[in-house]
Amino acid sequence: MSQLNPIAAPYTTAPIDWNAIRADFPLIAGHDLIYFDNAASSQKPKVFLEAMENMVKNSYANVHRGVHRLSQQATDQYEAARKTVAKFINAADEAEVVFTGGTTDSINTLAYSFGEAHIQPGDEILLSGMEHHANIVPWQLMAERKGAHIKVIPVLENGSLDLEALDALMGPKTKLLSLVWVSNSLGTVNPIPYLIQKAHAYGIPVMVDAAQAAPHMPIDVQAIDCDFLAFSAHKMCGPTGLGVLYGKRHLFEPLPPYRGGGDMIDRVRFEKTTFQGLPFRFEAGTPHILGAVAFASVLAYLSNIGMRQIEARERQLSSSFRQQLQQNFPEVNAIGTAADSVSVVSFLVKGHHPMDVGVLLDNQNIAVRTGHHCCQPLMDRFGIPGTVRASLAFYNTEEEIERFFVALRKTIQLLR
Amino acid sequence: MNSSIDETVEQLEADFAMFDSWEEKYEYVMDLGRNLNWPAHLEQRDDLLIQGCQSKVWLDHEMKKNKIIFYAASEALIIKGLVAMLLSIYSNRSPEEILRLQPDFLDRIGLSQHLSPTRSNGLHAMLSTIKRIALAYHTG
Repeated sequence: MSQLNPIAAPYTTAPIDWNAIRADFPLIAGHDLIYFDNAASSQKPKVFLEAMENMVKNSYANVHRGVHRLSQQATDQYEAARKTVAKFINAADEAEVVFTGGTTDSINTLAYSFGEAHIQPGDEILLSGMEHHANIVPWQLMAERKGAHIKVIPVLENGSLDLEALDALMGPKTKLLSLVWVSNSLGTVNPIPYLIQKAHAYGIPVMVDAAQAAPHMPIDVQAIDCDFLAFSAHKMCGPTGLGVLYGKRHLFEPLPPYRGGGDMIDRVRFEKTTFQGLPFRFEAGTPHILGAVAFASVLAYLSNIGMRQIEARERQLSSSFRQQLQQNFPEVNAIGTAADSVSVVSFLVKGHHPMDVGVLLDNQNIAVRTGHHCCQPLMDRFGIPGTVRASLAFYNTEEEIERFFVALRKTIQLLR
Repeated sequence: MNSSIDETVEQLEADFAMFDSWEEKYEYVMDLGRNLNWPAHLEQRDDLLIQGCQSKVWLDHEMKKNKIIFYAASEALIIKGLVAMLLSIYSNRSPEEILRLQPDFLDRIGLSQHLSPTRSNGLHAMLSTIKRIALAYHTG
């Protein structure tokens, strides 16, 4: 898969050779390890390495600074990467794509900048009960600074949001809804287009945490009409330390910068400094140049497979996993059984701590995550210390799922 | 009369050397866990928690005749077993004995992965706490 189309319309109907795609991932291809911890971080394809190597060998320098040829080449590639991301999420304007350090960094940036611009004492930020700590704590820090309050959309027993509670939670004091698209703990896919529409009817802008959505489905920021959206490269086969904060220009550009430094200024004087517009206003210092360029190659790779095909494959794998788990393991409780879910299956072996299950699976060469998944309020909601979480990616196979269940059976026998 | 701390460690190493498979090792550890009981006369209070990322570990102690008696509990069975193993070594010892022992035996029995500082399961923190308590009695 070395010659890739540029971001292609993901509507091919040709059957996909998933085994050939699996072979693109050096760490898992031909290895015994069953990697079901993709929600924590996904594995990297060869194109990622090749893109890094290519830039290091041929066109690496700092960006936006030099008149020399290398710097201009590097700048071109870095800005082309931004265009690729913009196209991948269908942003109207590539300047609306800001590179950050990851989803956490994106949300901290927005929480600070939005808070400085818009939040007064008594204002409210609306979150949900299934948020990752990264979409809770930055808002709490800001709320504390500004005298604002956090409101929470409750989670129902099946792990979906209580949509009937929405109207009572939205009002003139609500300044922003910040919401996860796909739950990292449960796999629940929230009805984001509906929720955005609903919030907009109250005049409330919406920030979408797409960290677990962007790896698993096509994203079209204009179609869903979100105002801000954040995701991480490393959860979608790209580098760690790189993420994206998208924002609609008219809402994003007026916000004050979060961090100061080089590259983000217009004119610096000791009396008063003025700042650049989007996107550089929010990219202080030298960015993750190699990461962004490699990420663009990864996005081209994913688009070449087709995000719709990836979504279909992952929905099929995770629903097959969920079905077999529920049919064949009465000693297991599935946590989160919402009708719409993708990739993640969370469960408990009744009467046993998730960590014991995780350790015994690890000894059988299976990587799953156990614990609270950085969602302590959600675990409290279900009254559990944590879960065992299997999270599948398109390069996983039905055969791995079968082997997983053999190992789970053995784990349960050992625990008895 | 108890065996000495070194004898206990040697015995543990010998026990583990007999196991042919990881399954046997873990079954042994889990059995130790099943038999670890928190004493009835002490309350399992929150301030005794050694905060780990994945499983809670409680640790309490009493000083009797220059020996420190440790009590521990955990939510997770494997951790409970490992904790019981640590107590079989460290409990009912003098502070000096506790401070003298180097915990490299954990490597030899093949379970040290559970005690590395980067595995945030509370066990490493528990070992540090045991040493800190011993040090406090030793210098105090």
